[in-house]
Amino acid sequence: MPATLRLTVLAAIAALLLSACAAPSPSAKLSAAVYSIQNVGSDTMVNLALAWAEAYQGEHSDVRIAVTGGGSGTGIASLINGTVDLANASRQIKKEEIDRAQANHITPGEHTVARDAIAVIVHPSNPVERLTLQQISDIYTGKITNWKQVGGEDRPIVLLSRESNSGTHVFFLEQVIRLGDSKSKALFSPETLLLPSSEGITAEARQNPNAIGYDGLGYVTPEVKVLAVARKAEGPFVMPGIESVNESTYPIARDLYMYTVGQPAGPLEQYLSWILSPAGQQIVGKLGFVPLAIRP
Amino acid sequence: MSQAKRKIYIGQVIAEGLIRASGFSAIAFVLLIFAFLAREGVPAFWEVRPDVLLGARWYPTEGHFGLWPLILGSILVTLGAAVLAMPTGLLTAVFIAEVAPRWLREIVKPMIEVVAGIPSVVLGFLGMLMLSPLVRQVFNAPTGLTAFTGSLVLAYMALPTIISVAEDALDSVPRSYRDAALALGATKWQTIWRVTVPAARSGILTAMMLGIGRAIGETMAVMMVTGNAARIPLTLDSLMRPVRTMTATVAAEMGEVAQGSTHFHVLFAVGIVLFVITLLVNVLASLAIFRQTRRSERLLS
Repeated sequence: MPATLRLTVLAAIAALLLSACAAPSPSAKLSAAVYSIQNVGSDTMVNLALAWAEAYQGEHSDVRIAVTGGGSGTGIASLINGTVDLANASRQIKKEEIDRAQANHITPGEHTVARDAIAVIVHPSNPVERLTLQQISDIYTGKITNWKQVGGEDRPIVLLSRESNSGTHVFFLEQVIRLGDSKSKALFSPETLLLPSSEGITAEARQNPNAIGYDGLGYVTPEVKVLAVARKAEGPFVMPGIESVNESTYPIARDLYMYTVGQPAGPLEQYLSWILSPAGQQIVGKLGFVPLAIRP
Repeated sequence: MSQAKRKIYIGQVIAEGLIRASGFSAIAFVLLIFAFLAREGVPAFWEVRPDVLLGARWYPTEGHFGLWPLILGSILVTLGAAVLAMPTGLLTAVFIAEVAPRWLREIVKPMIEVVAGIPSVVLGFLGMLMLSPLVRQVFNAPTGLTAFTGSLVLAYMALPTIISVAEDALDSVPRSYRDAALALGATKWQTIWRVTVPAARSGILTAMMLGIGRAIGETMAVMMVTGNAARIPLTLDSLMRPVRTMTATVAAEMGEVAQGSTHFHVLFAVGIVLFVITLLVNVLASLAIFRQTRRSERLLS
């Protein structure tokens, strides 16, 4: 009897464990009236998405929103693979990604939900106050290697960047390194340090006087120094901020997007409208990004 | 057969069957992992031209799939860790096994086990925040996120493994060896370095190989402290410059790739390279130990 009892118990445990192997389906109707939304993607937007999710769930108890980061590339890839409902991206979807989505019978729907500026940061003791886009591009492609070439001290320049799956990285590559030229093949210098998160960039920039880095405005802390950027050598050198982004005087600004599978419906559509409403946009401003509503 | 005997017999058969299944499953898992790696990674070798794979630039989102910076980066960091950890590990093991008084041994051994239990992410975080500024200031390097910092962290992680296994090996050398050496007039140091350590050679070698294996495969710690710059580390100052290891590359990029894309296959190819290198290290270690055993069998017979 003990042998058969043991076997039965083992079989029961195995059955219990194996039942956990079923993958959850996105946007599942969990119970009578609770909807779940999977929101994955941009690390730049993850705090913003979390703040939105918390605020929305506070008012609507019938919706559960799960937010994770992983990078814009990760979010869009998950949308294409059909595992999420809502992908956050700090860059626009690429043509190859749209093609791959179509191959999976998915037409991504694009929604602009906020704006962001990319700040160029250096160590607080760095005497350089301003750079042109061309100078930043030359620094990051490795043409300029010493701070004294741009008016600083005689120090080697250490390049900090986000990983290549980051929308911030791709945006910086296209708009700053390639200066918006879609035919340019310029790349980040191989000496660029690709750090796994914004915290990595801030941690290095605040203690290394040789460092230059870039990150979304919402992630800049008072421990680092922000540089003023100009489009042209004679042009106005502008610091990033809500006004300069909305007036389009700050050269490195971008839209933040959320992508859905086709046109959203039901709870997802309500969530998106809430995000675009004054209530949602107020949270954008609080987190250091640029709200859409004030845009002229 | 009586009822009782039959029960025992059936129990034995089932137990033997389960044990056999477990044993074979270990082999099966390794083969299955390799088969999966091969299935997803081999397409990379015909999707990407060989001269691109052997190129010097790793920038996969723009089609540059050069593996050399990654392979050399992993090798540099692992070699650095080996150079730092092997002598230190051996000396510490000798200290614990041969020199330390009993009471000190009882304190140090558990402490080493504790160090082995520290998660690699924590060590990486500490390395990033505390160790890298120190490295930058002491060595006057442009940045503290370098191959050397990575080697330091990896050496620290490999040390407990090396120390534990080497110390066990030294412990298992029969007392008669030491007694014989002392009887022949050797000093304590002569006994240790000329008798005990050579006698425990195979165990110490195993310890080193396990330590290296741990260092090659480490992901999170190196991702946080080496800077992940895909440069070819062949110049003399490369130890004080950032590198990008194979493990960090796979960890950082696997999330973004769409399944079935070229980038996806190349990442699996990186996995294959890593697998092969680790396999080589283990095979070499086994060969060395095998030869050692055969030799000692011949000597003692």
